[in-house]
Amino acid sequence: MKKQTKIIWNVGLIAALLLLLFILEQVVPSSSMLFMVLKKGAIYALVAVSMNLLNGFTGLFSLGQAGFMLLGAYTYAILTIPVESRASVYQYFDGGIVQFAIPVPLALIAGGVVAAVFAFLIGLPVLRLKSDYLAIATLGFAEIIRAVFQWDKLGPLTNGSNLLRNFPTFQSVLYPFIVAGICIGLIVLLINSTYGRAFKAIRDDEIAAEAMGINLAHHKQLAFVISSFFAGVSGGLLAMYQTTIQASMFKSAMTYEILLIVVIGGIGSVTGSCIGSFLFIACSEWWLRFLDNSNLYIGDFHLSFMRPGFRKVVFSVIIMAIVLFYRKGLMGDREFSIEGARRFFQKHFKKKQAVEGGSSHE
Amino acid sequence: MEWITKNLPYLMAGISVGGQYALIAIGYTMVYGILRLINFAHGDIFMVAGLIMVYAVTVMPMPLALLLVVVATVALGFLVERAAYKPLRSAPRMSVMISAIGVSYLLQNLALYITGGLSQQYPAIPWLSDTVTILGATTKRVTLVTPVLTIILVVVLGLLIKYTKVGMAMRAASRDFETSQLMGIKINSVISMTFVIGSFLAAVGSMLYFTNYTGVTPTAGAMPGLKAFVAAVFGGIGSIPGAVIGAFIIGICENIIKGVGWTTFSDAFTFALLIVILIAKPTGLFGEKAIDKV
Amino acid sequence: MKKRVLSVLLAAAMLSTLLAGCEKKPEAAADGTEAASGDVVTIGVFEPASGDNGAGGKQETLGIQYANYVTPTVEIGGKEYTVQLNIVDNESSNDKAPSAAATLVSAGASVVLGSYGSGVSIAGSDTFKEAGIPVIGVTCTNPQITEGNTHYFRICFLDPFQGTVLANFSSDNFGAKKAYVLTKLGDDYSTGLGHYFTEAFEALGGEVIEETFQEGNSDFTSYITSAKNEGAEVFFAPSSTEVAALLIEQAASQGLEIPLLAGDTWDSNVILNAAEGKNVDIYVSTFYQEGGNPEFDAGIKEWINSDATAKANNGGDDTVSGLTVMGYDAYYVALEALKAAGSTDPAAVNEALWDVTYTGVSGDISFNEIGDANRDAAYIKHANTETGAWDFVAEQSVAE
Repeated sequence: MKKQTKIIWNVGLIAALLLLLFILEQVVPSSSMLFMVLKKGAIYALVAVSMNLLNGFTGLFSLGQAGFMLLGAYTYAILTIPVESRASVYQYFDGGIVQFAIPVPLALIAGGVVAAVFAFLIGLPVLRLKSDYLAIATLGFAEIIRAVFQWDKLGPLTNGSNLLRNFPTFQSVLYPFIVAGICIGLIVLLINSTYGRAFKAIRDDEIAAEAMGINLAHHKQLAFVISSFFAGVSGGLLAMYQTTIQASMFKSAMTYEILLIVVIGGIGSVTGSCIGSFLFIACSEWWLRFLDNSNLYIGDFHLSFMRPGFRKVVFSVIIMAIVLFYRKGLMGDREFSIEGARRFFQKHFKKKQAVEGGSSHE
Repeated sequence: MEWITKNLPYLMAGISVGGQYALIAIGYTMVYGILRLINFAHGDIFMVAGLIMVYAVTVMPMPLALLLVVVATVALGFLVERAAYKPLRSAPRMSVMISAIGVSYLLQNLALYITGGLSQQYPAIPWLSDTVTILGATTKRVTLVTPVLTIILVVVLGLLIKYTKVGMAMRAASRDFETSQLMGIKINSVISMTFVIGSFLAAVGSMLYFTNYTGVTPTAGAMPGLKAFVAAVFGGIGSIPGAVIGAFIIGICENIIKGVGWTTFSDAFTFALLIVILIAKPTGLFGEKAIDKV
Repeated sequence: MKKRVLSVLLAAAMLSTLLAGCEKKPEAAADGTEAASGDVVTIGVFEPASGDNGAGGKQETLGIQYANYVTPTVEIGGKEYTVQLNIVDNESSNDKAPSAAATLVSAGASVVLGSYGSGVSIAGSDTFKEAGIPVIGVTCTNPQITEGNTHYFRICFLDPFQGTVLANFSSDNFGAKKAYVLTKLGDDYSTGLGHYFTEAFEALGGEVIEETFQEGNSDFTSYITSAKNEGAEVFFAPSSTEVAALLIEQAASQGLEIPLLAGDTWDSNVILNAAEGKNVDIYVSTFYQEGGNPEFDAGIKEWINSDATAKANNGGDDTVSGLTVMGYDAYYVALEALKAAGSTDPAAVNEALWDVTYTGVSGDISFNEIGDANRDAAYIKHANTETGAWDFVAEQSVAE
């Protein structure tokens, strides 16, 4: 396919998706779990792609995503709570010190910027560290940020460790899709640019990349800051989705979840991260919930092993199975495209025959 | 004298919790030394050891239960390695680490399912959980026993690594994984042995830890696990004495911070300490510098 | 070969969960009709069954289930409806609360009961608000829950009240001038109650030392040492039962001699079990004292003892917690509202709730203009470490 047709196809696909969502929203009752999953899935898709930019494309193993999401979420919430409800939200701190509110899109960007600024400052010392050490240091920073935001002395700004609430939330399921879509689009453009190629070179071999004249420190810093910016934006979106936020939500478990999404989708695949995120959220929040129902019968046989918590066991078993048997994730490092899908089916049938013949290898 | 009575409890709590972190940290550091794997599931194995104890004492006498905890925990560590890490030996390191996160997730969720999500009361181990008074400060006997037991175990472990064949194989494997294979070391049994030792120490650690802090919840292993891991990195990951010293430092600092009144930052401080040491000396206190071969 | 079989199996497993997920709704409906073969009204139960507040949430749910067992049907608009409880676990976690709430909304609940724990109640509130479903808070005591909302009601007292009661109690009974207040970071219940206690205690001329602990912390020895060193006369620790058990154990082993005070969450047999046979002095404020309604006590004890799951959920014995009583009353308040509304439409129920009055086991229940219960009394109980039961100390109210 020519490049132009490709673009037309992609634009058409996106438009069709948005239209489908729009129609769904008119047809399906808004209380359906479907929309919860779609909204959260879109948000996690964004943060997973931003993490993928670091881990998958630049080879920087960072576990600080939850911390940057926290920064974004707090910035968003602090800047958008309507002035009249500040007194009740900041009830222990006399209404807080921020006495204005800005429009939602600006606040989202501000959230990203704050996360990016922090990332820049954190990046100065920690990006010199290698692989695992970098992961631990960023994880540590995320925990420190969380503790600082819970500090009572910062209460007038952050409301201490208490909930922030009453800020604007989603009106339509399209909103997170459009914002996340734009952001992911920007990331894809970045990956396909000179910078993106430099990132990949660093991932594949740092020393070789440096020898080719790529400024390691500069490019790593850039990837880290950009990834954190989008993590911040997704934090703001998450705040809109959750309707209330609190520092204690952004634990390291959250980062692990995102990492799992990235790996399930395929490290180094943007579409993989998106697909992985929707599947992950749908499984954990929706599809498996029936397993928690303790009153399920098959005939007269009471399924007594089904009780609250069983859903999570099944879910983690599925995840383990994917990790062990689909090491490269759903997409590997490939991307989803119409052409690719067609080729996949063609190849798959061919491969089947080939494997049949040569199965003695395994 | 009064000053001692007032401040001794902080120090005692710090040393005791430090000893417990140390026992967990050894498991992290040994596995990392050989496999270069951050075994995220280690903290959860520690938690499972606690749960096994809770359920074991309801059906059998205490000494038998203690034995069962050790045996079952060791078996669990062995199984986890065989099921979740061994198949990924040739896979990229990231995959193995994700597998570790997956195991951690699975163990926590299994515990959640079995306990119904409620905190389980850890049984009182006689003698260990008796109250004693020293220099006017009251505490459980386990507080005093922990550091002593920890040091004994570490010395024994040190001798084991230095003088036995398995120990030598471990050292060889952690120095150079591939060459040691070529030299005829059965790498899989060495790795299993590391997990067995790590889990054994985690089981002992869980008895000491939960005797002091008696609630076992599905996430009870997460924080001690993370702290122990930080301790291992702090001391220089791969180094056993480093992990032990790191654990004591972190345990004591944490309690002093609480004593001073900066309670909000007691966890954050641990990480701040970690970051400072990583930046100043990236391989930790006792870590060996890795050389990049081009 | 092996791998391929596995991947096929895996794919099949995922597919079957997918299918099962799709079947979920009709299945639930079939369940209900099977039991009732008639009209069904769904009452959502939004309670934690796991996590920090799992123990309390389960006891509260127990009261609701018992009430449902006693009165499984309700007459709405001249028709007999079977009440179906839809119990969802919010995992004591503020970030899981919205999706748990959405599950109830999509199950078509007419009214929701819950939650134990103020943070999750606030976090789930907006989801219910958007769907227009009224919620009756059972024991969530933070003022922010009902403030500014028309869909959230509650049948318990509030933290400013409870904090004042406890502050008065500690100054009246122990003549305390110095209190050590330990709250959990990020827990709205804990910080809220701690705040109001501090306010009231300082107004009485006392001095307060405030400390906080992080989630996941299980080492309280340093806090106890600090409280001793500072010469505090009462130790106030509004917290979950999970923390309580740890705290009591460590307080006993360190020989903390001052009284331990806490709010309604500690009214649980977890506390009694932890304190039994130890040298600790524990006081709690709560909604109900066992023996207040012997008939109810006998009935629920019999039910708990006859049902192994219920007994396990109650912590393994038949002590009646104030939480269970509140859950029981909340169920009847919901039924009253359904009757008054004459319809299962959430909006109608919401409208009707404002005027509901009901005399429950825990006392008279009616709502003021914010949606809070008009309550002016709390019971103070003392844990008897020898018998492992609660002793009644006083009924306290706040003089305006």
